[in-house]
Amino acid sequence: MAKVTFREDECKGCGLCVDACPKGILQLSKDKINKKGHHPAECTDKDACIGCTSCAIMCPDCIITVER
Amino acid sequence: MKGNEAIAEAAIQAGCRHYFGYPITPQTEIAAYMAKRMPKIGGTFLQAESEIAAINMVYGVASAGKRVMTSSSSPGISLKSEGLSYLAGADLPALVVNAQRGGPGLGGIQPSQSDYFQATRGGGHGDYHMIVLAPSSVQEMAQLTIKGFELADQYRMTSMILADGTIGQMMEPVSFDFDIKEQPAKPWATTGTKMAREHNVINSLYLNPELLEKTNIERYKKYELIAQTEAMAEEYLTEDADIIIAAFGIAARVSRNAVNEARAHGIKAGLIRPVTLWPFPSAVFAKAADHAKQIISVELSMGQMIEDVQLATKCRVPVSLCYRVGGMIPTPDQVYQAIVEANEKGGK
Amino acid sequence: MIVFDKPKSLTDVPLHYCPGCTHGIVHRLVAEAIDELGIEGKTVGIAPVGCSVMAYDYFSCDMIEAAHGRAPAVATGVKRSDPDNLIVFTYQGDGDLASIGTAETVHAAARNENITVIFINNAIYGMTGGQMAPTSLPGQVTQTSPYGRDVKACGYPVKICEMLSELEGPEYLERVTVNNVRPDMNAKRAIKKAFQNQIDGKGFSLVEVISSCPTNWGMTPKEALKWIDDNMIPYYPLGVYKDRSAGILGGKKEG
Repeated sequence: MAKVTFREDECKGCGLCVDACPKGILQLSKDKINKKGHHPAECTDKDACIGCTSCAIMCPDCIITVER
Repeated sequence: MKGNEAIAEAAIQAGCRHYFGYPITPQTEIAAYMAKRMPKIGGTFLQAESEIAAINMVYGVASAGKRVMTSSSSPGISLKSEGLSYLAGADLPALVVNAQRGGPGLGGIQPSQSDYFQATRGGGHGDYHMIVLAPSSVQEMAQLTIKGFELADQYRMTSMILADGTIGQMMEPVSFDFDIKEQPAKPWATTGTKMAREHNVINSLYLNPELLEKTNIERYKKYELIAQTEAMAEEYLTEDADIIIAAFGIAARVSRNAVNEARAHGIKAGLIRPVTLWPFPSAVFAKAADHAKQIISVELSMGQMIEDVQLATKCRVPVSLCYRVGGMIPTPDQVYQAIVEANEKGGK
Repeated sequence: MIVFDKPKSLTDVPLHYCPGCTHGIVHRLVAEAIDELGIEGKTVGIAPVGCSVMAYDYFSCDMIEAAHGRAPAVATGVKRSDPDNLIVFTYQGDGDLASIGTAETVHAAARNENITVIFINNAIYGMTGGQMAPTSLPGQVTQTSPYGRDVKACGYPVKICEMLSELEGPEYLERVTVNNVRPDMNAKRAIKKAFQNQIDGKGFSLVEVISSCPTNWGMTPKEALKWIDDNMIPYYPLGVYKDRSAGILGGKKEG
């Protein structure tokens, strides 16, 4: 069971993880705003995550942890 | 031994195993000596692609906590000034030799003392100083090199040997019987954390203005301490002197002869020879101003040290200038004539 | 089991880079290489002047901040202070490495100085607000080339890998990018190799990373990564320009 976690408050909302996700299950939050003032990335379908780490590989701020 | 070679050998004896330089007249003997000796003692001699690269290699070795030096002459020191400022900003110890030649610009290759302002005021950008040592004999070239390394380590700053082409080329016997102190530990150096401590950072960037101000003020407290404790001057027949010569390096050697000549003619002349140009031995001059009628600053420049003499004596005594520039050196007779004139004029 | 996390040789200090800036990716790749090779305790990094000036806060190994362009000279000093025990890398942008520090770069390469150089080429000066870089493309609009880089007036971009590959000195020169997952992994391989070369005493190893600057290019992070594919890579072809140990001896690159 794969799991992706974001250190939400460090996210700058660049969206590179969103584009990198092969399952299309990441988005920039539509309602949340983090401490930095960005819409942070979030996973819309946790069960669909395959733990491929593509999002983390593209994250410029190293805020993503992937477990498998 | 030549003066320049004495510097190189003294550096090796002080434990310096890294030398970086770029060819320029008149200091080439230092590089040549290092090129010969360093490989034999497991040290590094590297001819850099420029003076700028050389001083930054110095910065690298200094960061790693080892004794390191470079040498150059006036135009080359201008290029190194960027690095000198960074060394000061990062509080790194290093030794830099300037065998001065005439300027500005390409100037000439003959001796000069016209980098006095550049050396004593720092040379590069920002508020900082270097310890500036002015040898006037081959023996002192060696002795002050060792002293320079020790002071640099003690205060984490650059020591500069402000020599000139004459003393660099001069041959005199040298004794290397020095009592060399053990090098201090440098826990701040970037030698690899060995996963046993937090990372060390060598840096001169402070984007926080309060922090930059605080750092500069702290550094100036250190400078103040150095000014109080490390200023050095040699006094020659100054006790009863009416006319006092202020001169360093080669100018002091010439002036000493002129003082002897004056004494032989019944003129009470004396000589104060600053050994440290920064810190300037102001107290010695202040004391001399109590009894001297006039001070003559003898320089191979258009008059640079004279300003420090005036500051030190608070203009209580008239200070005149006796100089040659362009690579020319005042003769003892020229200085003697200046003494005679000053004596006739009287002064205060 | 955690299969991906922030590498240990990055500190907890949040990166100050703009959203979507690939500096962060390259920082991570360098840190991963250091972690995997187990060399953090003996590594000294040299930070440049430019956007990555504060890299000294981000890497948990010992760090030195160098003057603009002088990192290879500083690295030379550090490496030569203890060549058997220290691993030294520089991290430099295009203005730092290919303009003000060209001499230091070329001569460190010519000496085959046993250091690792990570070269971020994003064709612009980021920190100072988007001026023309030595690697800005012909026609590229920047703050100081508002009508596009006019090669008649300010010359052509400097192709560092091609230029250095003509030298006999350097061991390894490769150009990579980090604009997608697979290129990222390839960049990681190259960076790790550049460190391994140093461990093996092979000499000067430089990895040029074609990077983006969404802020100063005036694009979204996503558009910027595409701009790399469409504009940067055609001008700066990826690949190995020199790998002496593998028999790739440099000189003119085909294609």
